[in-house]
Amino acid sequence: MNNMSMWRLLTTVMRRDLAVALRRRSDVVNPLLFVVIVVTLFPLAVGPGPDILGRIATGVIWVAALLSSLLGSERLFRDDFLDGTLEQLVLSPAPLPLLAFGKVGVHWLLSGLPLVVLAPLCAMLLKLPIAGWGTLMLTLLVGTPILSAMTAIGAGLTVSLGRGGALLSLLLLPLFIPLLIFAAAAVENALLGTSAIGQVLLLTGLMLLTLLLAPFAVAAALRVSVN
Amino acid sequence: MWKWLHPYAKGEAAYRLLGHWQPWLSGLALILVSVGVIWGLLYAPADYQQGDSYRIIFIHVPSAMFAMGAYTGLAITAFIVLVWQIRTAEWAIAAIAPVGAVLTFISLFTGAVWGKPMWGTWWEWDARLTSQLILFFLYVGVLALYYAFNDSRTGAKAASILALVGVINVPIIHFSVYWWNSLHQGATITRFGDTLMPSSMKMPLYISILGFMFLTAALIVYRLRNEILKQELHRPWAMAQLGVENDHGV
Repeated sequence: MNNMSMWRLLTTVMRRDLAVALRRRSDVVNPLLFVVIVVTLFPLAVGPGPDILGRIATGVIWVAALLSSLLGSERLFRDDFLDGTLEQLVLSPAPLPLLAFGKVGVHWLLSGLPLVVLAPLCAMLLKLPIAGWGTLMLTLLVGTPILSAMTAIGAGLTVSLGRGGALLSLLLLPLFIPLLIFAAAAVENALLGTSAIGQVLLLTGLMLLTLLLAPFAVAAALRVSVN
Repeated sequence: MWKWLHPYAKGEAAYRLLGHWQPWLSGLALILVSVGVIWGLLYAPADYQQGDSYRIIFIHVPSAMFAMGAYTGLAITAFIVLVWQIRTAEWAIAAIAPVGAVLTFISLFTGAVWGKPMWGTWWEWDARLTSQLILFFLYVGVLALYYAFNDSRTGAKAASILALVGVINVPIIHFSVYWWNSLHQGATITRFGDTLMPSSMKMPLYISILGFMFLTAALIVYRLRNEILKQELHRPWAMAQLGVENDHGV
């Protein structure tokens, strides 16, 4: 298969997934609303003082992002599995990791990218000092692709189970820890006025590594689940 | 080598081979763990700074070592499951993971018991403690996934993929956590023959480490044999092994 048709294959999968997802908008919007609501709960629970809120803002936003990524994971493969599309994708002669990459891409466009856009709103609600906003958005921009790719591995493994929710979080949350550490450290550095470039570059490296390897793991997971 | 290994992909052959190993592994484990632990706990000299409480290392260090060692074994087994699809390896996943999880738990528990008098706290968000805790979660995840499927073959393959994803992540998690916060002391035994420990403490520790190695192997062999029997119960050899009458007429 030459490069041209690989590219066409990828865009076809992505366009189809986008169309399907946009037909059921609530599935796309709900995880985002979840993030905003979780963020709203924290000032009510720990008190509205800016010193506490500002300290925990990055952590709260990132943890909410991790959880919302789990919430939106069903959308990745569930419907395709139920109506048999997934089986056709697995059986098709096209390279499955490429198709998986396309699906991860669409998932990121609809769940990761909006989070980057929502980040300033959450940062404002949690009174994060403005010096950290840019870095927060940057970490979300390079971190959420990792979230989407890892979530796809977990979703692929549990798609045939039906009731995978709690199991999925058990599998995936430990693997998200490096992401959380580097993102929080980056914003912390920005707030202290030092350079956050080291952590951001590390996250970028992790993102590239994940995007390179995860499609193969997703493909293997789907092959197991569809059997 | 393949010619030699190939027969053991079959349940019955593997069961018999492991049966030959089992008494040796168990015996060595019993002797070495007893000698190492008793020597360490009762006869080794007390530490000049930590007094008697350092003695926990004779259990803590070996269990932590083989908690990680078992994960390496799990990852290799997972690779075999996915590449060669050998059924014995699939059952070995179910045999290794619980042993590793328990070893991880023992190392966490003994660490907490030691940490209370020494650091003044049961738990500290220190790098090694945290990455060991995450290792425990990874084991639990592999086990949960393995038993989530009705079909054990699917479960084994899914758990294998997770174990391999985990093994790529283990070093990343380890270094990220290390960089994040570290209180735990550095490695005392860096290379064999070049340690910061007097030999009166070192010897029982080495014996205990060897003992835990055999203990881990013995426990895995026990579990694997049980798993083979359980999975092959419909076959005549397994029924004969258990002395069950074949009343299905199969």
